[in-house]
Amino acid sequence: MMTAGAPALRVLTAGLLTTVQDGGRRGLQRYGVPPSGAADTEGLWLANLLAGNPPDAAVLEVTGRGPRLEVACTSVRVALGGDADAVIEAEAGPPLPAWSAQTLRRGQRLRVGTVRSGLRCYLAVSGGLAIDPVLGSSSTYLRGGIGGMSGRALRAGDELPVRLDEAPPGPDLRLDAVPATASSGEPLRVVLGPQDGLFSPAALASLLASAYTVSPRSDRVGLRLVGPPLPATTTEIASDACVTGSIQVTGSGQPIALLCDRGTTGGYPKIATVISVDVPRLGRLRPGQPVRFSSVDVAQAEHLRRARARFLNAMHERLRPR
Amino acid sequence: MAVAARPPRYLPAADTALVVEFPDIASGSVLDDVLDEVLCLDAAIARRPPPGVLETVPAIGSLLVEYDPLQTSQAQLRAALDALLDQPAVAPRAGSMWRLPVHYGGDDGLDLGEVAERCGLTVAEVIDLHTHAVFRVGMLGNLPGLPYLTGLPDALRLPRRDDPRAAVPTGSVAVAAGMSCVYPVTGPGGWHVLGRTPIPLFDPASDPVFLLLPADRVRFDAVDRTRMAELDVAVASGWRPEPER
Repeated sequence: MMTAGAPALRVLTAGLLTTVQDGGRRGLQRYGVPPSGAADTEGLWLANLLAGNPPDAAVLEVTGRGPRLEVACTSVRVALGGDADAVIEAEAGPPLPAWSAQTLRRGQRLRVGTVRSGLRCYLAVSGGLAIDPVLGSSSTYLRGGIGGMSGRALRAGDELPVRLDEAPPGPDLRLDAVPATASSGEPLRVVLGPQDGLFSPAALASLLASAYTVSPRSDRVGLRLVGPPLPATTTEIASDACVTGSIQVTGSGQPIALLCDRGTTGGYPKIATVISVDVPRLGRLRPGQPVRFSSVDVAQAEHLRRARARFLNAMHERLRPR
Repeated sequence: MAVAARPPRYLPAADTALVVEFPDIASGSVLDDVLDEVLCLDAAIARRPPPGVLETVPAIGSLLVEYDPLQTSQAQLRAALDALLDQPAVAPRAGSMWRLPVHYGGDDGLDLGEVAERCGLTVAEVIDLHTHAVFRVGMLGNLPGLPYLTGLPDALRLPRRDDPRAAVPTGSVAVAAGMSCVYPVTGPGGWHVLGRTPIPLFDPASDPVFLLLPADRVRFDAVDRTRMAELDVAVASGWRPEPER
């Protein structure tokens, strides 16, 4: 039965940083509003695939350690996009496997513990969360204080409305494939620029030859990277637009890889840009993890993106009943 | 768009965006005609969007064109933009004139005294220069609805602060980088704060959501604490200023 957002999941504890995210807020960067949305879009899509939802439906983005939730509607099917310690409390059953869905009845409690692989996982519910969009999206943009639960992270006592009062018929599914959850040790691929011309050949070589470490001062705005400095010939440029994946270099020479809650523009030169297939990997990097970069050209990046799209489109053939 | 003295440069931002950079942005000095070129191309794309274009982000000297690499390629996009640039210019919107009240100094403008000292001016002279300038919105960016205002008098030019603040309050009116700006939401910032305006520049519950747009002009009017308190009350009850023309 369709309901107009009846409370369906009661938040008992919120976890470290759990926010409502969807495919993001589009078309407003010209006004200074970043896209936000899931930091790992592949996790979002696959969680929604398992839940039987449109790919960009609103889900919970769990960071590090997840929430405890109590079911307050007739039943709900939850799907775990990623690999976390997820169990149904006070029941002897096995934990929820990575990349699988599970139907829960009223009163049952789901505890999402530590994210085991990567940094984030996604929790989709059948029908999607019924969170009123703000400026076209349900995504939480913490710095702007909009979207999701009043523009903030979840907290204990919140009630999350869902679109369906009852789990749709059919079996709970799992993915018969193991998509990446951790960001592997493979280098992140970048296209140099747009402002690579403001860096010396030695600085460009250093970017591609050095290991950087993800700083604990990283968030959905950007990953601060610590390593050999990359001095630019000019430290301030006329502010221009950024993208998710832009690698800007601050006055101290340290790079920051921008994520989805980034400023839409910035005054630091951007030495390189992470290619679109590797942007979801940025959302999986944990503080302390090493990062390396390798350079490709635009045509290679476009080829890799088309191949990745074919791979993801084929994932629906890998759905199996549990 | 035959107005361009020299053709723009295309700079890739990986496989999802192309930066169209217009030449002749002298470092630090911002030319209105460069901004016009950016807004002309932006208007041309809005009128006839090339296939695969998702959104455009105008900045003062460049336009970022974001695209879906599954619908087009950067090579195709460049060809489409070349064709648009060869056509007669599409006039961008004319822009409105706004007057924004500001309470300078005190808790609302923590850096006013320091700015005066570093510029070799009195506080009164700083306020006088800032309220007599006619600013132009060069772009919105960084935070929702944050205007980068060109037209700052040279006497008020300062680099950004060495120690950026973690939280600059909503409404703060600041200067740096040869420009002025207004913080529409509380956020990190390295500009020198001169005062505060009570007028919201970003309000998702209001129409329009964003008060200022590129090509608008802005003048600031100094108001005292009493007037500020009255304006804060008026704004809280939904009052918004109208543009002058």
